[in-house]
Amino acid sequence: MEGVEVVFGYPGATTIDIHHYLLDSPLRFVMTRHEQAAIHAAEGYARVTGRPGVALVTSGPGATNTVTGLAAANMDSIPVIVFCGQVSRMMIGNDAFQEVDIVGITRPITKHNYLVRDTESLARIVKEAFYVATTGRPGSVLVDLPKDVISGQAEFKYPGKIKLRAYQPHLEPHPKQVAKAAELILAAKKPVLYAGGGVIMSGASEPLLALAERLNIPVTNTLMGLGGFPGTHPLFLGMLGMHGLYQANRAVQECDLLIAVGARFDDRVTGRLDQFARQAKIIQIDVDPTSIHKRVTTDVPLVADARLALASVLELLGEAPDYDQAARREWLAAIEAWRAEGRIDYHHLFEPIQPQMVIETLYQKTRGRDAVITTEVGQHQMWTAQYYSFDRPRRFLSSGGLGVMGFGLPAAMGAQVADPEALVICVAGDGSILMNIQEMVTIVEEKLPVKTIILNNGCLGMVRQWQQLFYHQRYANTILGPGPDFVKLAEAFGAKGFRAVTPEEVGPVLERGLAADGPVVMEFIVCQQALVYPMVAAGREIGDMLPYVAEICGQD
Amino acid sequence: MENGAKVIFRHTLSVLVDNEPGVLARVTSLISGRGFNIESLSVAETMDAKVSLITLITSGSPPIIEQIIKQLRKLINVIKVVDLTEDDYVEKQLVLVKVRAAGQGDRSELRSLCEIFKGKILDVSSKTYTMEFTGNEKKIRDILILLDEFGIEEQVSTGLTAMARTRMFKKERKSA
Ligand SMILES: Cc1ncc(C[n+]2csc(CCOP(=O)(O)OP(=O)(O)O)c2C)c(N)n1
Ligand SMILES: [Mg+2]
Repeated sequence: MEGVEVVFGYPGATTIDIHHYLLDSPLRFVMTRHEQAAIHAAEGYARVTGRPGVALVTSGPGATNTVTGLAAANMDSIPVIVFCGQVSRMMIGNDAFQEVDIVGITRPITKHNYLVRDTESLARIVKEAFYVATTGRPGSVLVDLPKDVISGQAEFKYPGKIKLRAYQPHLEPHPKQVAKAAELILAAKKPVLYAGGGVIMSGASEPLLALAERLNIPVTNTLMGLGGFPGTHPLFLGMLGMHGLYQANRAVQECDLLIAVGARFDDRVTGRLDQFARQAKIIQIDVDPTSIHKRVTTDVPLVADARLALASVLELLGEAPDYDQAARREWLAAIEAWRAEGRIDYHHLFEPIQPQMVIETLYQKTRGRDAVITTEVGQHQMWTAQYYSFDRPRRFLSSGGLGVMGFGLPAAMGAQVADPEALVICVAGDGSILMNIQEMVTIVEEKLPVKTIILNNGCLGMVRQWQQLFYHQRYANTILGPGPDFVKLAEAFGAKGFRAVTPEEVGPVLERGLAADGPVVMEFIVCQQALVYPMVAAGREIGDMLPYVAEICGQD
Repeated sequence: MENGAKVIFRHTLSVLVDNEPGVLARVTSLISGRGFNIESLSVAETMDAKVSLITLITSGSPPIIEQIIKQLRKLINVIKVVDLTEDDYVEKQLVLVKVRAAGQGDRSELRSLCEIFKGKILDVSSKTYTMEFTGNEKKIRDILILLDEFGIEEQVSTGLTAMARTRMFKKERKSA
């Protein structure tokens, strides 16, 4: 009814009836080895397909293990629906075995949640859950299923269409606001498009590209927005924010019009807020009214679906809009100068391997293959965002709002389930990868040819970076011990393992690893001292960036 | 560009919600979870048994109040939010007070206060009067200040409830 083909999850006493029926159903059940991973996998699946991801877990510990995944999906506006078992209705409130108030626990971290009180309302609630998760600003929804409700019987009546009195997302842009936006766009001399995950969610890449090209407007992406605008396009500025590219941050600080599309002025993007885009008028397109005037005051708010809003603006602007072309040439020239000024240089042949070089080489080796890249969280995530160009939406999967270490590997698994032919690569750090490493079992057993790249810097690099720059090089609890032998670990799980230690080995290891059949882990022993640059220090305005500095490796 | 208006005002919000278990918790935890404070709260079913009305009072700068209202509207079970402070409205609260009333003088003075403020004496003991007053917040405050001179032993009050002077939830009533 909702087009679901795959369910991720883990069984238990309260869901045993459902599994009993799943055995004979055409639904594919992918059994992860931890419920947290099931939710991230469902999110990965949803991000790649644009359809909701679904998970099924048992009550109590099964349910509590979904908390991180629910929060992550909700913060990044990804439609994920989690069904979890609950003790029978007469036991609720008795501190029964494996009873938790999961509806109470997940209330603030889901878009909505339900406790199903009788079998008769089950079908309607399932319908509602899908509707709420996928419409408006999408998000996560949890449905709590008492065991006796599951095993009860009722006539099956699945609603065709539903309308909720209290929930009617606003999708169509207001014509007056569209006209005001068009007017500002035509008048701007130094405009910038600031595009976030909303572009990807709403499928607005095409009108975004059209708007940028028709008026020669440079585009910057948030981490969530990468791929929403072609990364190799000459008008692309790169990512903005704390680890944004120099030209992107400078352009935002100097622009006279900022057009935010499906982006929410996150603090990692804006830096010091009262200085952010200080000269600019702001147009903000967002389907979620709470995003408007939340962090900055907007001159023209457009509460609407990004695709519809951009299409209306384009229609009003016409095929050959009349804007100040001379001013635009000057603006783009200024941006090119910043691009040259900010060019990040590091030394390819430094030993040990510079981590940035691994990502650059990975990009060269996979260019044109439309790979899906997931990341964990940390420096490797930022380097991937900076050095890998994404030309298509739904190809870069990273935990943005919640920043969950442990997201990347299960998300890659979900992506590969969604698109079995795709080249799916998880770029991980040596810290993050261990947070859901058990999923290597699922990957091997489900025969998912996920390629995992571990940038092993022997530390929790992103935290260590802050300690190096702002905590007097006191590396409290961030330097990891020798850790496991990742090649042997891969082999123990039944995957293939490769390792590169010198810069010369990087290319060949990537080639061999990517060419190998089935799941592969490639470990790169990289420079521990390498830092993510450029960087905006906390509390600074985003034009004020620490430039790239080559760190001398191996001297801590 | 920052949203930093510093002026803080008290706002009375009328929140019409689905009358379902857990909805009040959604409303209150949303407000407290985002670091806002609820100063007063009252809830009751409306004429439509499927709908409840929550009246809540909170304080904040205009951008904060705008956020609270928008966040409330975003809740799936919230049908409508009206900021009464922007309109003409009436509000009332009920308070019960136990006041020391030992001597004859105090007793007669309390009785006349009660009459002036249209209160009621609910119970009499040898040392106290238990009285009931209703009114808007200011009236209640004034009464309590006066009664305090006699010595208030105990006091409980309901939250404020409020209604706009013009009909605010027309559509919802009709669709009921
Ligand atoms: C679950 C979780 N715990 C802690 C953090 C805080 N944190 C952010 S990045 C990071 C270091 C990650 O280390 P690693 O995966 O090795 O990546 P690197 O920065 O070294 O590339 C930590 C601990 C987090 N984001 N998520
Ligand atoms: Mg690391």
